[in-house]
Amino acid sequence: MSLLQVDHLSKRFGGVVAVDDCTLSIPAGGITGLIGPNGSGKTTIFNLITGFIAKDEGQITFKSQRLDGLGPDSVYERGIGRTFQLARIFPRLTALENLLVPIRRKGLRALFSRAGWSHERSKAMEMLEFLEIAQVADALGGSLSYGQRKLLELGAVMMAEPELVLLDEPAGGVNPALLERIADRLRTLNERGTSFLIVEHNMSFVMNLCSEVIVVHRGRQIASGKPDAVRSDPAVLDAYLGA
Amino acid sequence: MYDRRVLMLLGLVAVLAVALLLPAIAPDSATTNIAVFTVMYVGLATAWNIMGGYTGYISLGHAGFFGFGSYALGLLLAKLGVAGGYEPFLFVPVAGVLTAVLAAVVGWFALRTRAATFVIVTIAFMFMLQLLAENLTSLTGGGAGLAFPNPPWRGGFFNIPFYYAMLALALVGLAASWWIRRSKFGLGLLAIRDDEDKALAVGVPAGAFKLTAFVISAALVGMIGGVYGYYVTFIYPQFVVDPLIGISMVLMVFLGGLGTLWGPVLGALILEPAQLWLAYNYGVSRLYLVLYSAVFLLVILFMPRGIIPSASELIARRRARAPATRAGATP
Repeated sequence: MSLLQVDHLSKRFGGVVAVDDCTLSIPAGGITGLIGPNGSGKTTIFNLITGFIAKDEGQITFKSQRLDGLGPDSVYERGIGRTFQLARIFPRLTALENLLVPIRRKGLRALFSRAGWSHERSKAMEMLEFLEIAQVADALGGSLSYGQRKLLELGAVMMAEPELVLLDEPAGGVNPALLERIADRLRTLNERGTSFLIVEHNMSFVMNLCSEVIVVHRGRQIASGKPDAVRSDPAVLDAYLGA
Repeated sequence: MYDRRVLMLLGLVAVLAVALLLPAIAPDSATTNIAVFTVMYVGLATAWNIMGGYTGYISLGHAGFFGFGSYALGLLLAKLGVAGGYEPFLFVPVAGVLTAVLAAVVGWFALRTRAATFVIVTIAFMFMLQLLAENLTSLTGGGAGLAFPNPPWRGGFFNIPFYYAMLALALVGLAASWWIRRSKFGLGLLAIRDDEDKALAVGVPAGAFKLTAFVISAALVGMIGGVYGYYVTFIYPQFVVDPLIGISMVLMVFLGGLGTLWGPVLGALILEPAQLWLAYNYGVSRLYLVLYSAVFLLVILFMPRGIIPSASELIARRRARAPATRAGATP
């Protein structure tokens, strides 16, 4: 069953068609790769799904509910989290505070009461331990290494337990050892019930991790299926080699 | 940790005791006059910091809210025929509510912009308000000014009620700032300051949060403006909607420490007495503007984060170095 459905989505920037009548289906419970040559519209699709930019045409449905017109915070509230191409964290907050920001609270009273209730702090510490960066809990985000920022960003987006997480180049600028750790943590989170949609240029990372791969070219889907099948698809080879 | 907290609490109690007893310690009019203005700026800088410091949205138009609160209270007292005395102070919260309503409208538009555009929008709003105050003569008196009821107090006692009113508002501002800083809402504001798009991506309703901070900040400034109007008894558009009032708040916060609880207090305690001292000693030459420019330059060049964050960083660095030095000295 489809968790996220994108139908006939289009986005133009002036005369440039970034996303062109694109239709995608993201299954529940899997790790799906979204690949394509540079400039094929992958990040624009992410921005459209998460409400960072407004679509021109088409519709986006998540768990049978339309996401049209919702802002990024409302999209997150409905269960879709995202990370960015270059790891983005809050540099003047500690690593622990970075993880406390996304935790949801209901009601005005809760909002104006103390940040970081004890169970919230425990949950944040558990996440830091899971990601093996508990030692930097009290360090400012801005003082962390790029790899630690990548992990912290992943931890932050997981704090509100989203059902679907969109990861924009999780392997970008990361050393092989850390890449293995990231892949391992993503598998564990996936086993715990979170679905992932991953934009990535590192093909071995995608092929090893993803259960399904979607290929986009010039703003529309040109292939989808199991990694091995997609790898040998003539349309995909043509898009990559002919691009 | 426990000792540090106790020490801080004792220090706080001592400062509060001095503030409460100041009119008894130094009862002469010149000192209490300086105290009124200093405490006024403690309140203004603290209120401005709730928006500018916590969210990173630099408003240079808060003088507009100061003037609006002043006119709101003056007109309210005139329409209701309230006589001078303690009664006008009871209407100060009403001026705050009216300023909050105005801030909600202004903020709804202004907060659709970010960074430099927001700064320009707030400046434009302030000058718009100044022009309105000058031209709506039937309502505000225009250039002829608006009169408040005459306070009945004379001599050395005149400043005292205003000092305590300003002190009460500064304490309300500080309590609000402290409460917000430690709350989940405050954490959201700090996240917006660091990276608004990222904050949105992790579910912080940035629009609502910024507007709330803007309204709280403006309401406090409006109430202080109201008390100021009553203190000076006669207000003119160019003196209550004065860009220098807005710039002073900002400079005090930058000097003390942007986004900290005590930074605005420290900034106001340093700059306002210095400004008044210059005004008393060098007349109305506005020499203090040269001082402001010099301070602003020095702060930006040498302490861009302000005194408190820079001092905290220095102490933390020394503490981190101390055990290493001791360890190195061990044979």
